[in-house]
Amino acid sequence: MQNADQIRTNALPPLGTLMTLAWRNLWRNHRRTAIMLAAISVGVWAMIFMSALMRGMVDDMLKRGIDQLPGHVQIHNPQFLDDPSIVHSLPEPDSAMQDALNQAAVSKWFSRVKVPAMISSERESRGVMLLGIDPEAERETILNGVELTQGRFLESAGDRGVVLGEKLVQRLETRLGKRVVITSQDPQNNLAEIGLRVIGIYQAELRSQEEQFLFISKQAAQKLLNIEDQVSEVAVFGDDYRDIARVSQHVTAATESWNSRLPAKVEANPWQTINGFLSSSVTVMDGFVLIWIIVVFIALSFGLANTLVMAVFERVREIGLMLALGMRPALVTWQILLESVFLLLLGLLLGNILAVLSIYALADGIDLSGVAQGFEMVGVGNTLVPQLWIKDLLTANAVVILLGLTTSMLPAWRAANYDPVRALSKAT
Amino acid sequence: MTAISCKNLCKTFQQGDQTVVGLDHVSIEIDSEEVVCLSGPSGSGKTTLLNAMGGLDTPDSGEIRVGDLRVDLLDKGQRADMRLNEIGFVFQAYNLIPVLTAQENIEFVMQVQGVPAELRHQKSLAILQEVGLEGLEDRRPAELSGGQQQRVAVARAIVSEPTLVLADEPTANLDSTSAIQLIELFLELNRKLGITFVIATHDTRVMSYCRRMITMVDGKIVKDVQQDQAPLAASEHNAISQT
Repeated sequence: MQNADQIRTNALPPLGTLMTLAWRNLWRNHRRTAIMLAAISVGVWAMIFMSALMRGMVDDMLKRGIDQLPGHVQIHNPQFLDDPSIVHSLPEPDSAMQDALNQAAVSKWFSRVKVPAMISSERESRGVMLLGIDPEAERETILNGVELTQGRFLESAGDRGVVLGEKLVQRLETRLGKRVVITSQDPQNNLAEIGLRVIGIYQAELRSQEEQFLFISKQAAQKLLNIEDQVSEVAVFGDDYRDIARVSQHVTAATESWNSRLPAKVEANPWQTINGFLSSSVTVMDGFVLIWIIVVFIALSFGLANTLVMAVFERVREIGLMLALGMRPALVTWQILLESVFLLLLGLLLGNILAVLSIYALADGIDLSGVAQGFEMVGVGNTLVPQLWIKDLLTANAVVILLGLTTSMLPAWRAANYDPVRALSKAT
Repeated sequence: MTAISCKNLCKTFQQGDQTVVGLDHVSIEIDSEEVVCLSGPSGSGKTTLLNAMGGLDTPDSGEIRVGDLRVDLLDKGQRADMRLNEIGFVFQAYNLIPVLTAQENIEFVMQVQGVPAELRHQKSLAILQEVGLEGLEDRRPAELSGGQQQRVAVARAIVSEPTLVLADEPTANLDSTSAIQLIELFLELNRKLGITFVIATHDTRVMSYCRRMITMVDGKIVKDVQQDQAPLAASEHNAISQT
């Protein structure tokens, strides 16, 4: 007697047949498929476009935050991050360290004095962060981030002027050409003060920055604080704040070597360590983007499941026929899943094109000046430029495919488990 | 040689609180190349018996063999494979896949079997010619008449050369001419290819063409007779030809 094992079975599913059936079945109800395609496309567009807006916002926030630090990797006295006073200073890099910092991995570097100080006009006083910079080296970098609206910027190491933000000038009720007094403490905790003339006024996109930072020459700062050849930090820049692994590694190695020549150790830290809030905002945004993508998909999945359930329900007889003719239930499952895959792939294609075009169309940014104050609170400027991250694009596509197939499993499973006799007896 | 045999088949259905007897200790043997007609009133168990023979439904008890294969012992997947490879089905309501053309419908079973495309194409065109549908291969079911659709269904049932074709009320939706053409096609295929046909019907036109007629009432076989006036089945035809 022939036993069950002797029955012929096919090793491979007839993919061509399944694909033909799936594709043609998809277009049996043009209107329903078109509505579902529109829903998936808009959903995918929303996932990618909104992610790009959020990425743009965070990127802007990070860039501005890092510009305010500023420096992708910074070398400090180990206590400086906890207490950024002049007590925790470090020496100017020696020639060997300077050689190391002039290597290809580093795009630019500056040493500067950075201490909390008090500025007083004849009317008002304000707490600020004093930046003692080398104007010849750092001028261009600083003027990239701010706009000089009155006067001039610091020009030489010995420049005896101060450059203030427009908002600080308003607060102090002073103006260009007037003298102000800057007070701080020297390393011996003695009061140190210097009178300087306001030589320039700048405007920053983040108005809070105008109140926070003032610029004087490094020499003037060192003289004020009585710290000859000492600085607060060495700021090192790579090409891109997102990719600082190489520059960080290089600076850390150079710093370790420098430490062997120093009486007290210094340390190099990437911006992520220096500003945990900025760093965690990237991680938070990663999670937020994923949650956003999943939430949009869950809304979509109801439509998708309904479409497939209806498509299966309308074809009960046909599915019963295929089962009766000897199609294995697993192949019926595959056929329904393929329908879902085609629908999802088409929706993804349209949604991706739509999203990329939208992002491309807004490449110059969206003007947020109407709500600038609100955005400034989180450190975002007046213009929001959407940023398409390939990672987000792939995540959105992967989530739609994976969750889409998961959603389709139930109707596919139901179809595969129809009893052919009952299915064939259903009225058409 | 026995094409199909059933021993003591029993099947009951639950309809609400009532238990309905579908098959009541049915035993039957059908030889290869026979054309057998199952007749009886509605609800007599014809379709239930066909479904059990074809592995579409499982009996509560009893034994079914198709050739040497114990159908009642197979699992769901194995029964699907048996239907795919051993049995051709023709149903009452044409039952074609609407999104496929006539030729694609015929090729469907072969595609699932994994027959190479070229061979599939050749066989489907040949069988279309055989059932008189040459030139209609690219038409979808909706573009064919009822008779033409049933011919496509017959072509699909026999194209993979099954040993047995089970037809359930194949002429129920056909006009007289189409019904007679269809049953003549069955007989021609039986003579040419030696396929065994079991046809469940209460169409007297069909009955008159079958040499063996089995009558069922209330799930039991009440009559199993040979009709002398009916056209010859393949085995008899061949036997006469040889003498």
